[in-house]
Amino acid sequence: MSAKVAIAGFGTVGQEVARVLLNKSKNLKNILGLDFSVVFVSDSSGSVVKNDGINLKRILKCKKEKGSVTEVEKQTSKLKTYEDSSVPSIDYDVLIECTPTNIKDGEPGMSNMLNALKQGKDVVTSNKGPLVLDWMSLKNAAKSNNAKLKFEAAVGGAMPVINLANDALIGNEIKSVRGIFNGTCNYILSRMTAESLSYGQVLSEAQDLGIAETDPTYDVEGIDTALKVAIIANAVMGMDASYDDVKTEGIVGITPEALKLAKEDNKVVKLIGEVENGNLEVAPKLVPAEHPLAVGGTLNVASIKTDLAGEITVTGRGAGAKETASSILSDLISISKMRKN
Amino acid sequence: MITTLNLELKDVPGQLVEALEPFSKYGTNIISVAHHREKKTPKGTVPVEISVETDSEEEDKERLDEVIAELEERGVEIVSVGKERLEESFSIIMIGHIVHKGIREMIDLIDDTGFAEVIDLDLSMPGINERSSARFFIKAAGKKYASKTVELMEEAAEEKDLKIIKEMNI
Repeated sequence: MSAKVAIAGFGTVGQEVARVLLNKSKNLKNILGLDFSVVFVSDSSGSVVKNDGINLKRILKCKKEKGSVTEVEKQTSKLKTYEDSSVPSIDYDVLIECTPTNIKDGEPGMSNMLNALKQGKDVVTSNKGPLVLDWMSLKNAAKSNNAKLKFEAAVGGAMPVINLANDALIGNEIKSVRGIFNGTCNYILSRMTAESLSYGQVLSEAQDLGIAETDPTYDVEGIDTALKVAIIANAVMGMDASYDDVKTEGIVGITPEALKLAKEDNKVVKLIGEVENGNLEVAPKLVPAEHPLAVGGTLNVASIKTDLAGEITVTGRGAGAKETASSILSDLISISKMRKN
Repeated sequence: MITTLNLELKDVPGQLVEALEPFSKYGTNIISVAHHREKKTPKGTVPVEISVETDSEEEDKERLDEVIAELEERGVEIVSVGKERLEESFSIIMIGHIVHKGIREMIDLIDDTGFAEVIDLDLSMPGINERSSARFFIKAAGKKYASKTVELMEEAAEEKDLKIIKEMNI
């Protein structure tokens, strides 16, 4: 079957999704029988529409060289560019929403997703803001318009958490989910422990390596982890939680001496996000050094406690364009397979 | 929590079974039975030490009272019902100007609860104006008391503007 895809947001994630669809198009067609054509791409400069499929190679090259998608050369009359970034009323099947996370009002992701769902279009997203700010509206819009909303990429990058709990472990009662959902914090704590370096030293090292942002607040204050915990609580445990429901404490202020004291006790300090018995919490915790959750570096890890399967733990790379694109691709394929049947 | 009962049994066959029956009747979990033949009393009785596990729940306390009543009914001599041993141990790390802000107070706060005590303390002070890090090793009378202790410490840490790192529940 063929499906028309709209990509809202053409930053690192959006571009990687386009690259993956381009590079894997043969396999998707031959092995899975899926033929995706991208009919819409937008970034902050505006948008590009072409009903019979945008040339991905060209649009990626244009974005890379000129910094915006609207600068693309119009070689055919079918290709149209707009100054408006929102998705116009065109014919498409799935919206891939990867505009940046905005935790103030969720825009532009919120409007993009709601509009798509209300028109009965399926949505795949990596954007945490809307999922946390108004989960119920999105969920209800999807349900009442018989549209699918999938967002594995919003939690833990490549690591499957939501689909693991909701698909692979379906039928189980999910008792708790906890883990490390922020690679930046994990890197900082792991390096501080290994090298007895101060928080400030490791933070600037992480910034040099591109692991931490210039303004690291969002990661190190635990905000990013808290958003993911709220998304998991909503998607996996049927709650209606928002960011404010998560008791959040970050890693700022942790000393190398504290990490050394933990080590003497054969423990490591990790920023743990968890949801259990309706309580949502993010805090640095003492974890036994040999515990499955004690992963190092920038790795993420999630442990799902169930009534039948016991405890299942997955670990993987939580951030990065390729990893995020991996989750988006798997959501896109699973939606397309559902439609096919 | 572990409660130890010190009994004295007559040195005749069947006495130990007689003394153990009430424990099994009321579903009490026996952890150990020490039969001290070598410490026979001048009265000719044999001291027996039985340790049972109890939660801090009222229900468990009542159950133990029933066991004791039945032992008395059966004529088993109860010398003492031992003090509850502190069973749940855990550590907590605190970071900040903890020495200025009353490390003594923090220890007293825990020791004064009556259900928990600080049994070890490691302190790291990198410099006079720098923040210190302290690891408290605490024992409490069971899981519920342990979380109560953690709550108290969290409140105190917030009041004193100290950062706290708790153990993850395993």
